[in-house]
Amino acid sequence: MSTHTESHSQHSEAHAHHGGPKIYTANLFALLFLTIITVAAASFNFGSANVVIALAIATVKATLVAMFFMHLIWDKPVNSIIAIAGFLFLGIFLMFDFLDVTSRNVYPPRNLPNMENATPTPDSMNPLKTPAPRPLDPAPAKAEAPAKAEEHK
Amino acid sequence: MEQQFDTSKLGMWLFIVTEILLFGGLFVGFGLMQHKYPGEFLEAHEHLKQDVFGMPFPLYGAINTIVLLISSWTMVMGVNAAQTNQQKKTVRYLVVTILLACVFLCIKYVEYAHKFHDGLLPGIFYAHQSEDLIKGTHGYATFFAFYFMMTGLHGIHVLVGIGLLSWLVMRARRGDFTSEYYTPVDLVGLYWHVVDMIWIYLFPLYYLIS
Repeated sequence: MSTHTESHSQHSEAHAHHGGPKIYTANLFALLFLTIITVAAASFNFGSANVVIALAIATVKATLVAMFFMHLIWDKPVNSIIAIAGFLFLGIFLMFDFLDVTSRNVYPPRNLPNMENATPTPDSMNPLKTPAPRPLDPAPAKAEAPAKAEEHK
Repeated sequence: MEQQFDTSKLGMWLFIVTEILLFGGLFVGFGLMQHKYPGEFLEAHEHLKQDVFGMPFPLYGAINTIVLLISSWTMVMGVNAAQTNQQKKTVRYLVVTILLACVFLCIKYVEYAHKFHDGLLPGIFYAHQSEDLIKGTHGYATFFAFYFMMTGLHGIHVLVGIGLLSWLVMRARRGDFTSEYYTPVDLVGLYWHVVDMIWIYLFPLYYLIS
């Protein structure tokens, strides 16, 4: 592997590029280091923060890749705007989905005090919720799971 | 030329956003299912680990992460070599990138072969022979459905990348790329880094659930 670095002043071409082998190699080592951190962090139990920590480190790594390997830091800003917009919309997608599944049946509308007596949505029609033990719920149809498995053995 | 280069790059970034959203949808699905079957996903992911010195460790996944990171580095070095008119170096870096991609796929093959052998298959093909089968078939089968779907789709991207890189090697050997014109190298580089980036998210979410 050559450690020869280019002196960019010699190459006065149309496209200015500011990255260089040194930066790329440093970035690689940073990424490898963060990989070790992720693996190490996974062996400790931080409770529900586990997935947050894993995703945070992954996002730092992805940002490093995008900034240096993908040249975003030296590019025209429009490319960064597109990339950030992509992640932003993905974030919105993720956020609202998790707001939904984590808040189901937790906050009944206040203007409907008699919700308890109303016909509840049967959980069999709720694809994201395992049947909760509620008095008015229809009996959960759990017995089919093992039977189905037998079929496809 | 400058403008053409910028336009191509803009188009590539738009394509990259569609890729992010494609995988993003799958990640959201995975997250929802993990929310639904937390215990079963945790147990199922143990099958992605290997025994390393008596400790369960995601050996294949970790090696593949390192392989892909290094391949990203060789890719960017290839782009750099093309930018600075070093044709031989460009070819060399691109070939190393292809080889690393092949290493990645070989490890993936070994991993898949183990899963197939154990009957850890997606959806209705799930046929793992143990008491797990009764305990939590749905969660397990769902986990492996997502596992195969996402790593498989990622693997297809790696395959496409190998094809694109081979095409670049062919053109680089012909001397098509100079510091004035290296757009294809740059754009395939961007694609390759996206493949790497997706794996950066796949690795902790599948192999390091805790």
